[in-house]
Amino acid sequence: MIHSLFLINNAGDLFLEKHWKSVISRSVCDYFFEAREKAVEPDNVPPVIRTPHHYLINIYREKIFFVSVIQTEVPPLFVIEFLHRVAETFQDYFGECSESTIKDNVVIVYELLEEMLDNGFPLATESNILKELIRPPTILRSMVNTITGSSNVGETLPTGQLSTIPWRRAGVKYTNNEAYFDVVEEIDAILDKSGTTVFAEIQGVIDACVKLSGMPDLTLSFMNPRLLDDVSFHPCVRYKRWESERVISFVPPDGNFQLMSYHISAQNLVAIPVYVKQNISFFETGSSGRLDITVGPKQTMGKTVEGLVVTVHMPKVVLSANLNATQGTYNYDPVTKILVWDIGKLNPQKLPNLKGSLSLQSGAPKPEENPSLNIDLKIQQLAISGLKVNRLDMYGEKYKPFKGVKYVTKAGKFQFIRSAIFLSDKSYRIATLCTISLIF
Amino acid sequence: MRAPPALSASAPRNGSRDSVSGALRRSASSSSTAAAAAEMSASSAFIDEKGGSASEPEYGHDPASGGIFSTDYKRHDDLKEMLDSNKDSLKLEAMKRIVAMIARGKNASDLFPAVVKNVACKNIEVKKLVYVYLVRYAEEQQDLALLSISTFQRGLKDPNQLIRASALRVLSSIRVTIIVPIMMLAIKEAASDMSPYVRKTAAHAIPKLHSLDPEQKDQLIEVIEKLLADKTTLVAGSVVMAFEEVCPDRIDLIHKNYRKLCNLLIDVEEWGQVVIINMLTRYARTQFLNPNINESLLEESSEKAFYASDDEEDEDKKAEAATLAKRKPYVMDPDHRLLLRNTKPLLQSRNAAVVMAVAQLYFHLAPKAEVGIIAKALVRLMRSHSEVQYVVLQNVATMTIKRRGMFEPYLKSFYIRSTDPTQIKILKLEVLTNLANETNISTILREFQTYIKSMDKDFVAASIQAIGRCATNIGEVRDTCLNGLVQLLSNRDELVVAESVVVIKKLLQMQPEQHSDIIKHMAKLIDNIQVPMARASILWLIGEYCEHVPKIAPDVLRNMAKTFTNEEDIVKLQIINLAAKLYLTNSKQTKLLTQYVLNLAKYDQNYDIRDRARFIRQLIVPTDKSGALSKYAKKLFLALKPAPVLQSTFKDRDHFQLGSLSHLLNAKAAGYQELPDWPESVPDPSVRNVEIPDWSKCTSRKDRKEKKTEKPFYSDSEGESGPTESADSESDSGSGSESASASDESGSGSESEESREETESEDEEEDEEKEKKRKKRLDKTKAKKPAEESAESEQSSGTEDRKRGRKAVKNQKSASESESESESSESEDESEEESEEESESDTDIRKKKTPISKQPPKQSKKESKKERQEMSLLDLDDFEPAPASAPVTPVNFLSSSLVSDLEGLSLTNNILAPTTIAPSGSIKMYELLHRITVHQQHQLRDQKPAHRGAQAAVWDEDPRVHRDRRVSSR
Repeated sequence: MIHSLFLINNAGDLFLEKHWKSVISRSVCDYFFEAREKAVEPDNVPPVIRTPHHYLINIYREKIFFVSVIQTEVPPLFVIEFLHRVAETFQDYFGECSESTIKDNVVIVYELLEEMLDNGFPLATESNILKELIRPPTILRSMVNTITGSSNVGETLPTGQLSTIPWRRAGVKYTNNEAYFDVVEEIDAILDKSGTTVFAEIQGVIDACVKLSGMPDLTLSFMNPRLLDDVSFHPCVRYKRWESERVISFVPPDGNFQLMSYHISAQNLVAIPVYVKQNISFFETGSSGRLDITVGPKQTMGKTVEGLVVTVHMPKVVLSANLNATQGTYNYDPVTKILVWDIGKLNPQKLPNLKGSLSLQSGAPKPEENPSLNIDLKIQQLAISGLKVNRLDMYGEKYKPFKGVKYVTKAGKFQFIRSAIFLSDKSYRIATLCTISLIF
Repeated sequence: MRAPPALSASAPRNGSRDSVSGALRRSASSSSTAAAAAEMSASSAFIDEKGGSASEPEYGHDPASGGIFSTDYKRHDDLKEMLDSNKDSLKLEAMKRIVAMIARGKNASDLFPAVVKNVACKNIEVKKLVYVYLVRYAEEQQDLALLSISTFQRGLKDPNQLIRASALRVLSSIRVTIIVPIMMLAIKEAASDMSPYVRKTAAHAIPKLHSLDPEQKDQLIEVIEKLLADKTTLVAGSVVMAFEEVCPDRIDLIHKNYRKLCNLLIDVEEWGQVVIINMLTRYARTQFLNPNINESLLEESSEKAFYASDDEEDEDKKAEAATLAKRKPYVMDPDHRLLLRNTKPLLQSRNAAVVMAVAQLYFHLAPKAEVGIIAKALVRLMRSHSEVQYVVLQNVATMTIKRRGMFEPYLKSFYIRSTDPTQIKILKLEVLTNLANETNISTILREFQTYIKSMDKDFVAASIQAIGRCATNIGEVRDTCLNGLVQLLSNRDELVVAESVVVIKKLLQMQPEQHSDIIKHMAKLIDNIQVPMARASILWLIGEYCEHVPKIAPDVLRNMAKTFTNEEDIVKLQIINLAAKLYLTNSKQTKLLTQYVLNLAKYDQNYDIRDRARFIRQLIVPTDKSGALSKYAKKLFLALKPAPVLQSTFKDRDHFQLGSLSHLLNAKAAGYQELPDWPESVPDPSVRNVEIPDWSKCTSRKDRKEKKTEKPFYSDSEGESGPTESADSESDSGSGSESASASDESGSGSESEESREETESEDEEEDEEKEKKRKKRLDKTKAKKPAEESAESEQSSGTEDRKRGRKAVKNQKSASESESESESSESEDESEEESEEESESDTDIRKKKTPISKQPPKQSKKESKKERQEMSLLDLDDFEPAPASAPVTPVNFLSSSLVSDLEGLSLTNNILAPTTIAPSGSIKMYELLHRITVHQQHQLRDQKPAHRGAQAAVWDEDPRVHRDRRVSSR
């Protein structure tokens, strides 16, 4: 399966190599470098590169390329998924997965890689098993180790490895038993200029932080489980109970994990919290343009929209912007051609507006494309889909845990505007669509 | 300098950070003490070097940058000193530095002797790092590596399972040919270890040994066979992986574990799930009938022929085909259903690879109506990392060609976002194009139009191509698309124009008459467009349809002749082409021009162009030398050319197993296992049963009415037979169904008897009783039926006897977990052949009898319905022992099957009361045989008292042994 792994940074330096079978010369990465150069953007490097004797399957994450070498047939997703799991494990161990942390902890990284794969086939990828085998570095532990001479490598087989629930180790003890669940929702929507929804869907995840002693068996139920259209679960969740009773029954892993992710695609359920009135035009002569953007609340369910940020990707010919914002601050970066307008809290009484003129490169033709427009925002205490956790029950343990459910609202991702020529009627017509993606 | 190395494993004194590099340099120039060097941790050494090498090269540390080998030598010297010291902490420091070197790809092989000494170190971390080192360099230093072997051998006997496992891991990872026998022994031993973790490690070691020495394959297959029977989820994934690498073609090893694998699947770790699902996909393709067979039959008219061949295998089908002369309703094999049912929940897995594996399984195996469920899960994967999206979209693209309807509801999920990487955009475009049909084309076209405005030029070009494809595929929008594309010709962006020209050219070929104005328009464009491909396309269009534009064409040629020398090669070729065509249609105006062009081409640098010019001159300019061909020049050049078919590049890619690397590359990758075609007819179920100790592979469309009466017989063994319990419980239905089919047969029972005989082959006791029964029945049939029948049954009983003899041998072998796997499979093969022969001969006879059996088949259909209901009610987790599920009535299985035989003879469906049968002499003989094998087992056990537990585990896993024991204890 996976033969070797090379870690390569954005500058093209190969800074770590690990082989699980016989050694493969790092010159095999030349094919990767070739593809990397051709792709210009790191995102565009093909995930699977074919070389005369090997196949290179790579992922790009945290500015590092994880390049694995394959010799025989293997499902590509298998490798890709595994590489992501490696990156996540590093993140879990060192707080972040970056070149410097990997270099700082090169021995632990090596020990981890050794445990995660055997002969190229995944052996232990569950973080709780790995943490028993190789303890994550902490200041305290390294101090203790230097004094006592003990190591941070486990001497016995992790209990999880043998049980049918490999994600949980035995003998967990906490003085405060607590379980927290964060319901995080995100809307992807495409709106046209008039504000009608062309396409909208909600993606949600439930992140959990469970610190419970012993072997608790939890059951989480929803007020309205019918909302959930498509779900995927952490392996700890019993599929059968979900299918028959629509409750989530599981023995949780210890600590932080993503319990489930779901997807709500029914458009009528997706509320769009804000609207954007925007008018960006470029004059045929005089190499200038006009910009006028107003943002207002739409369906916010009585909550306040916070952290509102509008980002506009300007065409290349726009040199500078001279604008006036009624609320917040704006900033135009002439290098990346991105205009960022940081509004903050949305006040429904006084709608924020950004207005002014744009100056274009003289002599350049009027840009054809309409700038795309992104929006970031936050709404606290609201799951836009209306999903509500009903109750959390615990079986198998005697103590009373502290339980908490939070509907987290975070910054959203983007919205964009597009223009179109309609081929059918011979005139040019501009249709503006925008996509909003929000996290609630 | 930098943040304190708090995170590093063993932090040096933070203050000494600067002095560390100083110490380094010292150690380089003068051989410093080991103690000084010990102050630095491996990680700090790593950092210092990286940081240091930028400003001031650290010769002592980096041989590549320094190139001063003497100092390099010295540094390794102090590492050696540290390794030789008594302090574990010093050793650990040294090992960490060495591992850091390995990680960077620096050569540390000269330290091998010093490192290998520490393989027996007590400190587990030092030990682990030594293992890392060993695995890395053992191949280069084979002789020295042998020094470590005895340590591993000791480790293999350690009471700590982790140490046993890691010893085996390292031992098997050392690629030294000389230790192959030791590895083999270790693997065999570990395969029966008490700890499933060690057994898992053994499974991992199998492919390692196989790649080191392929000659061990036979022995390894035995180990695989043994591990396949393991009932723990931990082992299942790893052993299937070993199976896939060592002997993927030995599908016969899977038979008896099929149900167990299906049932364990949900509890296997994610990676194992992927491997098992992929393997089972292949397996199912060889063992079950195509669930969409009726649909494919509708299309083809080979219905009759198909059934003719099918009937030989299956009496039910035959009866229906002959009597009703209608299409047989397809009823899925329960095992096939089991697989589909047990994989379905995995669509909800968080692991994209698992979801994809299930999706491909459904795509390849499920009936059309059920495939749809995978769409949602695949669409969900589209929100994952871009690499995952890339792979999923490739597969979706292939699926959309075959099954468009499946993804239509999710059309909008494939809309392209400006933030997608180009490769994702292009794949989404492909999917959108595949999904386009009359109803959604307007939406899709509107979407495409927005894409043309994108800044990403590759993507714009692909969008235009996509519009072209929609236009060719959907007639209604062809004109709209063409108009739109023509509008694009006035686009300011040349790339857009060029791409449009190329696409318009293809579209125009479909109906050139109506579009001469477009051709004219394009002719005008030639002055402005510089992209060679577009110019070439325009020239070709003008040449091809020069009769539609008789005035413009010569003028274009005149212009092109002027610029001929400056054109790109493809354009030059098209100029020659245009000249030739014009010469043939309008030689008056263009004769001189053509000659001019041909002369220019004659002296071109490119030999293709020179060749083309010479060739065309010979063809079109009549000379006395020119042969018969020039007469046909016009026909040659101006023949009606078929319009190009704009096809998806993903067409026909589904002959590769979806989700595989080969599918992604559209080329066979090394080690790719072809996805077999569906069998034409059911692989003889009875033969399949031979290979299954739990004789559970029951065939489809048979009722389980007798299930309950038969259950008790198995339930004695259920408690003990671990992994095959569910198989046991289901098997009843199999045998029951046989009896039912026997009743359907109405008299031709001998045939079904035959198949059952095989089913239960390993159960001697049954064999004999049956034998007896057969005799009884034979008597009856003889009395009842004419000579032909008795001849048949005699024949079958004859072969049967032979077979049974062989089986006895086989059983003995398998019971004692013997080595000669290949032999037994051979004999299996033979028996397969035999049974086919038999069934053929049977059908001949049966054909004459079929009219009698009109009634029974209907009944069996009803019953099969019932059975299906039961199936859906079955618990997914039914691999748990469920002994109480059936009322325990002490009815002997054999007697009931005899009953059914008798039923068959008497043409009734009432179940007769089971008759008791006295054992005959032959039984004893077989019992004896089995006592011997059981004895062997006992001996085996006695040999290894230390591993008693493990042995017992193995014992538990082999249900055959239990039955054998039971037999002997009677």
